[in-house]
Amino acid sequence: MKPTIVKREPVVDDALDQCEARLTEEEIEKVINEVIDKETGGRLWTYVNTCIHCGLCAEACHWYLSNDRDVSFAPVTKVKDTIWVMLEKKGKVDAAFIKRCSQIAHTECNLCRRCGMYCPFGIDIAYMLLVVRRICAKLGMVPLYLQDTVHSHAATMNQMWVKPDEWIDTLQWQEEEAQGYVPSARLPLEKEGAEIMYSVIGPEPKFLAQLLGNITVIMKVAGLDWTMPATAGWDNSNMAMYSGDFEIMARVERLHHETAQRLKVKKIVMGECGHAFRGAQYDGPTWMGWMKPPIPIVHAIEFYYDLIKSGRIKIAKKAEGPITSQYPCNVIRNAGLGSKLQYIMSAVCENFVDLIPNDRHAFCCNAGGGTINCGPPWKKLRVQSARLQSENFKRTGAHTIVTPCHNCHSGVEDIVDKYKLGMHVKFFSELLIEAMEIPEHLKPKEEEAE
Amino acid sequence: MYEFVSGPLVWLAFIIFIGGSLYRIYKMLSDCKKENVVFPHMSLKHSLASLVHWVIPFNNQYMQKRPIFTIVSFAFHICLILTPVFLLAHLVLLDESWNISWFNIPDGIADWMTIVVIIGCIFFLYRRLTDPVVQNVTDGSDYLLLAITALPFITGFIAYHQLFAYKTILIIHILAGEIMLIAIPFTRLSHMLFFVFTRAYFGSEQGHVKNSKDW
Ligand code: HEM
Ligand code: HEM
Ligand code: SF4
Ligand code: SF4
Ligand code: SF4
Repeated sequence: MKPTIVKREPVVDDALDQCEARLTEEEIEKVINEVIDKETGGRLWTYVNTCIHCGLCAEACHWYLSNDRDVSFAPVTKVKDTIWVMLEKKGKVDAAFIKRCSQIAHTECNLCRRCGMYCPFGIDIAYMLLVVRRICAKLGMVPLYLQDTVHSHAATMNQMWVKPDEWIDTLQWQEEEAQGYVPSARLPLEKEGAEIMYSVIGPEPKFLAQLLGNITVIMKVAGLDWTMPATAGWDNSNMAMYSGDFEIMARVERLHHETAQRLKVKKIVMGECGHAFRGAQYDGPTWMGWMKPPIPIVHAIEFYYDLIKSGRIKIAKKAEGPITSQYPCNVIRNAGLGSKLQYIMSAVCENFVDLIPNDRHAFCCNAGGGTINCGPPWKKLRVQSARLQSENFKRTGAHTIVTPCHNCHSGVEDIVDKYKLGMHVKFFSELLIEAMEIPEHLKPKEEEAE
Repeated sequence: MYEFVSGPLVWLAFIIFIGGSLYRIYKMLSDCKKENVVFPHMSLKHSLASLVHWVIPFNNQYMQKRPIFTIVSFAFHICLILTPVFLLAHLVLLDESWNISWFNIPDGIADWMTIVVIIGCIFFLYRRLTDPVVQNVTDGSDYLLLAITALPFITGFIAYHQLFAYKTILIIHILAGEIMLIAIPFTRLSHMLFFVFTRAYFGSEQGHVKNSKDW
């Protein structure tokens, strides 16, 4: 098979460059064969030997479509240039090859699984590229910024180096903010036996603390019995799942679930994040052999759906003007919450303009799968390769794009910025807090407000 | 020569085809047991749902977007499977040696079905030569598979019309058919065996585990 023609602007990523200089071919061969023998089975073999090389999956991938159909971005090319070679050469490849593998698997694929849906055999290319990431991670070939988040997970059990006292301070501060709206609102820490444990991702206390205030108000208005942990285990995000460091991934997921068990809650409700749901619901439990999470996990979309549908939260004033929404792959295509997202969007927006394609066929924002966490060196190509989705947003004519996923939020902000869409990017809870009815008895009294 | 290729070699080809196919499927299933996800994720309902959406033409979004490819692909595969199984000439041979027979397609129609398969192969060849994505993942083996698929149909057609050297062509035809049968379990033509399984797994994973759909 002829080598793929790859045209890329050179990117300097110190971690990849140093790893390339350090790796020996014996080490590479050993790790590749170890992972393939011990961690894969019939699936990988069947996928590789069933693929009829028809190229139909190309049409699914936003990388390929956004880059003027550059074949080096087609899903089947991504496996041709990585795992096919590893299998064919039985692991006898060099360090430059592994570096290219990391570039493909970590920075040029979002593991969004759209291509699997477009292959007539249902061959899961994203799974194969995750195997490639796994091999890269075991060899230490992980982009610098992504690896930094993994270090943070390992050292602090959260993604953003948030210290224990910062966590608690942020929660207390946000409780006070929430009390500005609803004086009786509380953010209960460590309440054993509460019905719900609410968990968020590391960047929330770090950069988007107001979301914690929002949920405090929403929980009060809905009259729910909830709590948040004061200890590590509050962070539900998991970048180790995406780097390929499954040992650390498992530690993070285990702690998250065990924290919920310690608090004896009935369910975990998580904030608006796609990959966190994936890790807690699927990748973590399957890697650890639990298969299913021990305590049910509810994503924010479903949570708000239940609250609005049951009338626990009433909508007083719908948001005006055309508003659209990103469909985060990890909770839509890969968790089936599409129609619930449409329901809550229509509930809080006067004019919800849907994307085309929508629901499970919607395109990834191109930030997911850890690609945005690969950091500044890789940003240019990433945003350039989101061109297609930028056109889809533009066509809606919306003034605001809702992103019920943190990765999407950052990714869509990059898109809006680069393609000059002039749109706002908001989380769903930000719309909800404006739209929902706050019952009279919960509102601040006149005197108190002064 | 004719006796040999139309006697013992046919036996051998079918034994290798059936035995090899069973072995391949057995091997795949036992290798899948090594993984902790495959079997616990399977669900009959979602496997069937996936198959229903992918073996009926235009029953999923992607096929609707590629009408020409979908029509060619379905016509190709339907004729490819039905023609040899219901061809009068084949059934006559079967009847002569084993005394069993079943419904046959009239020769005139079978002839056209053969042409459809040949056109399908030409279409796939054309894509392979012109579509950049397909080109990039093509090597000798892909052309070989196309040749293995096309040859029994081309030679069968020539033999049926007795265009030239009937006896030789017939021998070549039978050999080509045997090669194709033998190739199925051991090349990527095994997609015939695995299609049901890869679809069932992806359908189950999407439907049963991920609460979504795969069409
Ligand atoms: C393995 C042993 C096979 C034997 C002994 C055999 C024998 C024959 C014979 C005797 C004919 C009739 C030629 C005539 O009309 O004079 C024929 C035609 C044909 N065979 Fe086979 N065949 C075999 C395998 C296959 C296979 C595997 C395929 C395709 C997958 C195939 C496809 C055809 C076709 C398409 C025709 C001609 C149809 C037409 O144009 O009317 N054969 N074969
Ligand atoms: C029931 C069994 C089979 C199923 C479900 C099946 C399915 C498929 C699918 C899904 C494709 C991908 C492209 C497309 O949609 O056309 C394909 C391609 C193909 N199949 Fe099959 N197939 C079957 C049997 C066979 C057999 C028995 C052969 C030949 C011996 C064959 C030869 C081919 C060829 C030559 C291609 C095209 C490859 C290319 O693009 O060059 N198939 N098949
Ligand atoms: S998983 Fe998504 S990003 Fe990766 S190759 Fe497939 S379609 Fe492209
Ligand atoms: S669509 Fe499926 S079979 Fe075709 S090249 Fe892509 S992965 Fe292979
Ligand atoms: S960031 Fe959002 S759109 Fe992109 S892969 Fe995650 S969930 Fe998908």
